[in-house]
Amino acid sequence: MKRLGMLLVLVLCALLPARPTASAENVTLTALFMKQAAYSDADVRAMTAEFEKTHPGVKLSLEFVPYEALHDKIVASVAAGARGYDIVLFDVIWPAEFAENGVLLDLTNRIPKDVINAVWPGAWTTVLYQDRYYGLPWILDTKYLFYNKEMLSKAGFRTPPATWDELLRQARALKAKGVVSYPIVWSWSQAEAIVCDYTTLLAAFGGSFFEKGSPKFNTGGGQQALQYMVDSLNAGLSNPASRESLEEDVRRIFSAGQAAFALNWTYMYNMANDPKESRVAGKVGVVPSPGDAMHSKVSAVNGSMALGVMRTSKNPELAFQYAQALTSQAVQERYAKLSLPIWKASYSNPVVIKGQEALITAARQGLAAMYPRPLLVRYQEFSTILQTYLQKALLRQLSPKAALDAVANEAVQKRLK
Amino acid sequence: MRRQDAVAWWLIFPALLVAGGVAAYPLVRTLYLSFFDAPLISFARSPQWIGIGNYLQALQYPAFQDGVRHTLYFTALSVGAELVLGVLTALLLNQQFAGRAALRTLLILPLAIPTVVNAAMWRWIYNPEYGALNALLTQLHVITGYRSWLGEEGLAMHMVILADVWKNYALVTLIVLAALQTVNRDLYEAAAVEGAGAWRGFWSITLPAIRPALLVVTVLRTVEAMKVFDIIYVMTRGGPADSTKTLSFYVYQEAFAFLRLGSGAAYAFLTVMLIALFVGLYIRLIRAEAATG
Repeated sequence: MKRLGMLLVLVLCALLPARPTASAENVTLTALFMKQAAYSDADVRAMTAEFEKTHPGVKLSLEFVPYEALHDKIVASVAAGARGYDIVLFDVIWPAEFAENGVLLDLTNRIPKDVINAVWPGAWTTVLYQDRYYGLPWILDTKYLFYNKEMLSKAGFRTPPATWDELLRQARALKAKGVVSYPIVWSWSQAEAIVCDYTTLLAAFGGSFFEKGSPKFNTGGGQQALQYMVDSLNAGLSNPASRESLEEDVRRIFSAGQAAFALNWTYMYNMANDPKESRVAGKVGVVPSPGDAMHSKVSAVNGSMALGVMRTSKNPELAFQYAQALTSQAVQERYAKLSLPIWKASYSNPVVIKGQEALITAARQGLAAMYPRPLLVRYQEFSTILQTYLQKALLRQLSPKAALDAVANEAVQKRLK
Repeated sequence: MRRQDAVAWWLIFPALLVAGGVAAYPLVRTLYLSFFDAPLISFARSPQWIGIGNYLQALQYPAFQDGVRHTLYFTALSVGAELVLGVLTALLLNQQFAGRAALRTLLILPLAIPTVVNAAMWRWIYNPEYGALNALLTQLHVITGYRSWLGEEGLAMHMVILADVWKNYALVTLIVLAALQTVNRDLYEAAAVEGAGAWRGFWSITLPAIRPALLVVTVLRTVEAMKVFDIIYVMTRGGPADSTKTLSFYVYQEAFAFLRLGSGAAYAFLTVMLIALFVGLYIRLIRAEAATG
């Protein structure tokens, strides 16, 4: 009834008349961000304060929600009509949906050519839909393989694994020698996180999601990816707690010294090396996610996020300027210890590199190999089905092949392509 | 008499207006919407009338049927456990003993915690790596290794139910405790003189006395449990493998994740109808009770 109530309130809100625009001298923009460790609330507020200083008369009202609520919050605000957000943070998987439904403003004509050339092409894929730009990339991110150097050397390994098979071999040795009971931890909870891990593996094994509108993930590399997940779990090499873990759980388990390997986003590197946050500080190594002897040297999923201007914004120009300020090279380089810049030039700036050389080396390879999740207008629906069936395979209700076939069938039936 | 009627109508008019605005209108509007293929955010598309299409689609959707099953299971188990626990604690707190007042006050505590906070708290307790439950059970040698309480199918639903019962059984206790105050203690003495034990006393004196209160609280808790959402959203987001996805979760998902307001409304209405079915049943029971009592 509470949900129903919310639905109804929204319907009611949609019927209320719009308020008049604020005067130009005294403008308040509202922005929606997510609660996260990289670019924390305090960081974003500090960046915003700088913008407000250089733009007298402009005030920003900021809101922070968990990633899991970000999408629904954005669409609900559109449905509620009138006074929604001016700027929103959005994920790489939503531009198709947001563009088709008129949520975001097309910014193609506002973005200067030299900016396009100065930013990594992989970052731009975050905002592109049908050759139009729907935002400015902000958080350039992919999943890396983190490893505990001390544990690896205890088991006699000098280098981290370069392929996923080698990772299993090392994990088996670590378990056999009693160094750690569950060597690998993942974020396989029923959420977008599991799709990111699956995509990384799919890319490594040379798979693809759709080809010419037909599902392909239930064959070849896609099938191999899920088989790998299930096998590592059944062999006791992946922590069974992975099935209920999100990225923060992964970070905590790894930082507590209860895993030798973890797949996670950039932000974990400096946090796992921070003695206040971690018991394994100083022992954390990072490399690109492994590849596969047959198909790839490294693997990566595009997990970037961008700032977009809402189509309903009464001050699109100011909103765009704010997004430009936050994504500017100067600001990004100052906060590079939390999140790596989108700018190519930053990667040879000594200030950015210092203290995180390993991460930068991994990023150069990983960011270049970023593989996209399918670009679908109804991506949310596809992902929900995929999450459910990936978990059915992990819980041994279905074989990997049967689970992925079921997803493919539903995708075809529901015309999710 | 007629003038009095007119005044009465004027007096309840504001209340009627509010009730109509916040309950009746949205309800009718939702019903209306449920017959449309209506997008939550419409850009190029306007709502299309599709009759009972949304309802047919929902009823034929296997995942939604699973949702009905999960909801009924959640409701039966959590309300059942809350009733048993609630009555037992009420009986205990109805006895005279030192510290009773303090215990009665403590009872309010779970009720005062917001559901979302309760859910987050239990998620920490169940945490597979550093949760209190694993620590407690391994130290007591009940389990040998740490378990992933919310990561195993079957187990996850029961753990969510436990968290829900902890929060809500106190409501049953409070209402039953109030009903117990009205029981004449002489009845027990008379029963004891007649040779009836505690067990007989409970069935013949206590239970009949608290039955109306029990029925009311059962209705309340059933309605609440059938529309369960927040505790599941926070603890499992419907996982693992959809095993804790309930009806409200599907309503939310259709409307806000998949942007299909029309079918979201249909899902919501199906939920309401299911709840109405139970409420109707209870009301019949209450009426029968009143007739015999």
